[in-house]
Amino acid sequence: MYVFLDGFDLGVGILFPYAPTHQCRSKMMNSVVPFWDGNETWLVLGGGGLFAAFPLAFSIIMPAFYIPIIAMLLGLIFRGVAFEFRFKTESKKEQAIWDFSFHIGSVIATFSQGIMLGAFIQGIEVEDGTFVGNSFDCINSFSLMTGLALIFGYSLLGSTWLIMKTDRRTAEWSRRVASSLVALVAISIILVSCWTPFLNDRIYDKWFSGSNIFYLAPIPFAAFLTICFLVRSLIKKREKQPFILTILLFALCYLGLVISLFPFVVPYQISFEQGAAVSTSLSLLLVGISLILPIILCYTAYSYYVFRGKSSHGKMY
Amino acid sequence: MTFDPILLARIQFAFTISFHIIFPAFTIGLAGYLACVEALYLKTKNQTYKEIYKFWVKIFSIIFGMGVVSGVVLSYQIGTNWAGFSAKTGNILGPLFGFEVLTAFFLEASFLGIMLFGWNKVSPKMHFASTVIVAIGTLISAFWIIAANSWMHTPQGFIIQDGIFYPTNWIDIIFNPSFIYRFCHMVLATYLTCAFVVCGVSAWLLYHKKSVEHAKVMFKMALFFIAIFIPLQIFVGDLHGINTLHHQPAKIAAIEAIWETQKGAPLTLFGIPDEASETTKYAIEIPRLASLVLTHEIDGEIAGLKSFPVDERPPVLPLFFLFRLMVAIGFAMLATGVMGVFLNFKQKLFTSIWFQKWCMIMTPSGFIALLSGWFVTEIGRQPYLVYGLLRTRDAASNIASGQVLFSLISFVVVYLIIFGAATFYILRLIAKGVHTN
Repeated sequence: MYVFLDGFDLGVGILFPYAPTHQCRSKMMNSVVPFWDGNETWLVLGGGGLFAAFPLAFSIIMPAFYIPIIAMLLGLIFRGVAFEFRFKTESKKEQAIWDFSFHIGSVIATFSQGIMLGAFIQGIEVEDGTFVGNSFDCINSFSLMTGLALIFGYSLLGSTWLIMKTDRRTAEWSRRVASSLVALVAISIILVSCWTPFLNDRIYDKWFSGSNIFYLAPIPFAAFLTICFLVRSLIKKREKQPFILTILLFALCYLGLVISLFPFVVPYQISFEQGAAVSTSLSLLLVGISLILPIILCYTAYSYYVFRGKSSHGKMY
Repeated sequence: MTFDPILLARIQFAFTISFHIIFPAFTIGLAGYLACVEALYLKTKNQTYKEIYKFWVKIFSIIFGMGVVSGVVLSYQIGTNWAGFSAKTGNILGPLFGFEVLTAFFLEASFLGIMLFGWNKVSPKMHFASTVIVAIGTLISAFWIIAANSWMHTPQGFIIQDGIFYPTNWIDIIFNPSFIYRFCHMVLATYLTCAFVVCGVSAWLLYHKKSVEHAKVMFKMALFFIAIFIPLQIFVGDLHGINTLHHQPAKIAAIEAIWETQKGAPLTLFGIPDEASETTKYAIEIPRLASLVLTHEIDGEIAGLKSFPVDERPPVLPLFFLFRLMVAIGFAMLATGVMGVFLNFKQKLFTSIWFQKWCMIMTPSGFIALLSGWFVTEIGRQPYLVYGLLRTRDAASNIASGQVLFSLISFVVVYLIIFGAATFYILRLIAKGVHTN
């Protein structure tokens, strides 16, 4: 959920300075401003949820990824306040500061998340339930590559969101950007998917041994089809399809990731049973989540409904 | 030169959480105030109220945004720098934080969008509902976070096995012995903090003869609120103190710099506590008053610091002075409320220049009192993170001091930039006065 929602508003931030005009940029920001807070809350739920459901995993993963997490938090701060401050500015020069803050914050946050993703796939050094590796373990060629891949991925989400929510010049520009990004994203997915099985024998066996190849092949095949449909929807100038198909693509990549990493919550030493909270805590959480999450989804959908339609470039309030 | 990584981690947490609390301290109260103002607008159809709402909502959105981003930092910091704490208490505190996100954060965040940007997109009733929902969301948030924090002070409803805490009774965990006092004291504190900001800002507007009509309305609302709720807050604070004496006697002994266990203990108004000699130098005392306040009996017994081993005592100097600062501000607030009522009775409320100046000075009083109080209670819990059970120094992550120094410096620099910018924009908004159509 976090990736789908904050993915597009971080993507908008990454694309921000490349927009053709100042008006376009205002439209871009206005398309996400009512949603960013709720979207970022899914990140808090992600962290908080990890703490609640898998406290041991939380206590290992957080220190292991210390540097990218701090970078991500700082990026999110700059991105978040940019929304507030940009509306209060009185000169073009002042506004430019917060435009930059919005952009650089989005880039840093996204890149850091991508690094964490790559480092997570590579695995974390654990002994006796604590992290024993080095803080710089998580920064290497694979994770830098996944960092860049995520920048492309979120940018694609952002551009397809803009196709839906903006019109005329901004939308046309978004469509052109999305078309270029599809190629970059496709290459990134192929690169990560091919590299990952060679990182760890377990993953290699999971995907390529015996009959698994046939059971799991539908997933990359579905991803390939999705990319084809995505390209087609862009050529045919569809408005909503590109965004929906991009989300589907992310979902398929996520599925592939889960399959590769199962059953570990801290690769490759702590399974999710080992890392989980005690059952009395988990059952309380489960009750809470099953009651409350549907309600959250309802009023989140309501707020998207309230702000439906194309965004304007005027002052929002 | 290497620093102790645990000390750095403590400084970092203290810095980031002190920064963070300033924002909800204001927005919890302001959300409630905005709900009141909008209710008055809907009822009276008086445009003044709508204009007051629009004036404050711009400030609200800035501060709320800062609260969100600084809050995200805290939720991750518990993991990054306090891995021992996370692993050991996760079963208990994890769900409490999880529920805070599920029941409060999403609510506030989603309806905030409508509150800020949805004036022309939803009906007036729906917009009002959004404001109310955000105000309720902030209170729900306070509920869960105080539940978690108060459990750290007065833990119950758990067992410990192999150093890990396991929950046995969630009602006991949430409604632990100090919860209700902390919750009431904090909520009142945030509402009063907001009241003093509204009071100070409207005093400034009155003094400079800007938006006078609106300023009069806001000034009166704020002062009436203060007059009613400050006495209540002092009363709640008193009960909170009695509860703390019962459950955390070493903290009270340190706050009052009481060294010897005694009945009918005097209240030390001022002095310099000296831990080396275990005495308070230059003490100005009022006989029996400490016992009277803390036990409601002239001859009540209060345990002295000497009755606790040295490694169980919190630092005395900061607690002694910060507590006195908080109480002094509390009484200054009381005086403000009383004066406001008196001047209103004499029909001089809007013409008394010295009172306007006084109110302007009192604008940040809530923040200072609130921060002092939090420092007292959190430093007072030391050397424990979970009182009596888990020491702070046993709960930190195993991270090299270089990393922590890097993150600490980064946070300080970034927070100062952001806070500086926010203050600048807020002051500029206030200086413009209330916009009328």
